[in-house]
Amino acid sequence: MSKQNKPQAAARPAREPFLYVTRRDQIPLGRAILIRVIAILLALIVCSVVTRVLTGDDPLSIYATIFHGAFGTGRMLVTLHDIAILLCISLAVTPAFRMRFWNTGAEGQVLIGCLSTAVCMLVLGGKVPDGLLILIMAVSAILSGVIWGVIPAFFKAHWNTNETLFTLMMNYVAIQLVEYFLKVADKTGSNVVGPDLLTHGWFPEIFGVKYLLNILIVAIVCIAMHIYLRYSKHGYEIAVVGESENTAHYIGIDVKKVIIRTMALSGAICGLAGLLLVGGSSHSIDSNLVDGRGFTAIMVSWLAKFDPFTMILTTLLLVFLARGADEVTSKFGLNSDFSEILTGIILFFIIGCEFFINYQVHFNHHKKEKAAPAAVSGEGN
Amino acid sequence: MNALELRNVTKRFGEKVIANDHVSLTVRRGEILAVLGENGSGKTTLMNMIAGIYHPDEGDIFVNGQPVTISSPRDAFRCGIGMVHQHFKLVDVFTATENIVLGVEDGKPYRLKEATRRVEEISARYGFEIDAKKKIYAMSVSEKQTVEIVKVLYRGAEILILDEPTAVLTPQETEKLFAVLRRMREDGKSIIIITHKLNEVLSLSDRVTVLHKGKNAGTVNTAETNEAQLTEMMVGQKVVLNIERKTPEDPTDRLIVREVSCLSRDGVQLLDRVTFTARAGEILGIAGIAGSGQRELLEAIAGLQPVTEGQILYEDPKSGETENLRDKTPLQIRELGVRLSFVPEDRLGMGLVSNMDIIDNMMLRSYRRGRSAFLDRQPPRELAERIIEDLGVVTPNATTPVRRLSGGNVQKVLVGREIASAPTVLMAAYPVRGLDINSSYLIYHLLNQQKEKGVAVIYVGEDLDVLLALCDRVIVLSGGRVTGTVDGRTATKEEVGLLMTKTEREGESHVKAE
Repeated sequence: MSKQNKPQAAARPAREPFLYVTRRDQIPLGRAILIRVIAILLALIVCSVVTRVLTGDDPLSIYATIFHGAFGTGRMLVTLHDIAILLCISLAVTPAFRMRFWNTGAEGQVLIGCLSTAVCMLVLGGKVPDGLLILIMAVSAILSGVIWGVIPAFFKAHWNTNETLFTLMMNYVAIQLVEYFLKVADKTGSNVVGPDLLTHGWFPEIFGVKYLLNILIVAIVCIAMHIYLRYSKHGYEIAVVGESENTAHYIGIDVKKVIIRTMALSGAICGLAGLLLVGGSSHSIDSNLVDGRGFTAIMVSWLAKFDPFTMILTTLLLVFLARGADEVTSKFGLNSDFSEILTGIILFFIIGCEFFINYQVHFNHHKKEKAAPAAVSGEGN
Repeated sequence: MNALELRNVTKRFGEKVIANDHVSLTVRRGEILAVLGENGSGKTTLMNMIAGIYHPDEGDIFVNGQPVTISSPRDAFRCGIGMVHQHFKLVDVFTATENIVLGVEDGKPYRLKEATRRVEEISARYGFEIDAKKKIYAMSVSEKQTVEIVKVLYRGAEILILDEPTAVLTPQETEKLFAVLRRMREDGKSIIIITHKLNEVLSLSDRVTVLHKGKNAGTVNTAETNEAQLTEMMVGQKVVLNIERKTPEDPTDRLIVREVSCLSRDGVQLLDRVTFTARAGEILGIAGIAGSGQRELLEAIAGLQPVTEGQILYEDPKSGETENLRDKTPLQIRELGVRLSFVPEDRLGMGLVSNMDIIDNMMLRSYRRGRSAFLDRQPPRELAERIIEDLGVVTPNATTPVRRLSGGNVQKVLVGREIASAPTVLMAAYPVRGLDINSSYLIYHLLNQQKEKGVAVIYVGEDLDVLLALCDRVIVLSGGRVTGTVDGRTATKEEVGLLMTKTEREGESHVKAE
């Protein structure tokens, strides 16, 4: 680099970093799958070590328990239903995410849908035929979800407020409204309004199978969302706005309209998820009914790169881990935090490996002895 | 003794582009050296090498007669060199002092009071007006620039590089800055100032180095030169280009821009009563130093830039009616039946969506067609394939994302799409920037074809040879004003070059002279 002899006071020669990172243009599918498989294997190994060290239990039997917890006899249907609800919420946030609108308010949008459903069930239950009641529940749940989604979108579109904070705060408003409802509806002071009060408006069991209606509805939403995003003019506009707002203005897309319309759709599907939760499965409501799934959905959507069909796989993975972890906790008599540690380790590896899919790490070979330890720790995250 | 000397410094980007070709220059102690040159003449690259942002491929740099290697801005500071960039690098929520001391590693403990005192001392010494405790977000552009300059002095710079410092300043602020710079010169500092404005060069500098196409076109003493000589050095020898130019047949007015002004968000005048007419069957060139209002002008016509006064009139060739396009959105303009095509300067950020494939990019203009809620990808697919075939776009297939194409191919895709909608007005901003010779000629050919079809073509360019060889008429913008209109067939480069650095509006200079 430098041909001159350098005076001390002036500059030192350039210090080359021993590793540098470049963005990959494209990665062959096989390689991407390989990286993911390695990540999962590494995650399992780390989990085994952690388990062994912290609890002394046999890691293999813990893995077997996880699997049994999710897919064991009699659990299949519950697992499938959990998948369906999480998938539904993930599908809801996806159009907004494609538009780079970071909706962190799915939790509240679903909860407000739950609340509307529960109010309908409580107030109208027994006064109108069940079929009509379910229709009214659906309309009000979806409508309230839309309102919860459109308020932050309107402010974003017109005054460029920060949508992440705005939608996040709307969650707390929804939670407080539910708390208020619980106080009014149930004078006994319990913090849940259960099936004893919400007696009407339950979804029918089709073919005698519990939850099947919910699962079918979500399947239809999933297919419809795929078509909407890929083949409709709206979906195209969402993609253009998300990729480059400048381009959207340039070709005359009304960006404000697209933002509001897309968040209305996002909120509507969240409201639908609320309907399915209350009317279709729990028949009860409390302020923790959504249980953080509005946030987990963000991860599901991102992991699947906002593709509805890939989301089926990512939801499956997350639900599988969560249910398995619960089983481990109860069967081995461990603290519930331990199962969350395992889930955390596995997710860390799965999300971390995306880095190696998107970027390539190069080492400067003439400094191999320094690069070697970095390589090991580098693979780890 | 020379404070700074460059000997045969060369910088290449990739195989083909030579930004600086064996450039040598010297800066003496206690002088102001102006570096002058057109866009793309390599001024900023050269300064970035002195400031440690780039490293030269060849050549040597000497500071106070000693050879040095500068591979980071930190190294540059160690040599006493500091640069004030065109785009400020300041933390908005910090005060002036906090920004100034940020990153200083002198081994001393961090004492804000002490630092504030030193900042005030420096300001007093050179006559800066600066409030050391003011936060950056509350500052005007000129105050921010002051912070940047003090930042450099605080680090003990003896050689200061200023990259177009006056571009963002009002005339009064410019005068203040020059007074400060003169005081710094008296104090023995060496200053390199990059600028396009000849009057500033003549009033401020001691010597001028002119760059042309990456080479040093000569250094002269300011006292012994004049505008004409500098312009000649800056634009270089006339290059004969083989671009076919037919005489316009029966040109009629198509787009009349009358007294159009617009302001930036900070209230800076971007366009100042711009008036011109674009005719059907003609190529109208727009010349000017980068940032003289070209982008705003085209965006104002396209409905993307709010206009504060004036009219943009479109003469419909079919109905014969006149429509005012001012204050209309791009969609409303289209709905009026105005077929306005626009090849923007920012190809991948505005004209195209870089992550979408060629087919989906074709659809940007046409996807609304039909009443169906769903997209019909068949016509854009055919269009994509036709453009790939006709314009020789090098791509694996039509489903390749455009970000993976080379610059020339990206431009073919964009121009191809804009021409495909059979425009009546075609605006192209720097359509050949970064393109190789063959692709450039293809673009010229396409523009000429459109002209022969009776389209009113507006071409914004930076290469004066091309502007004068391609365009029928050329208007010159400077500081948001039209400073002149010339005939592309008879005008010389020097004529256009002078207009580019003038500040008076066309026609007003005579009044002032009297």
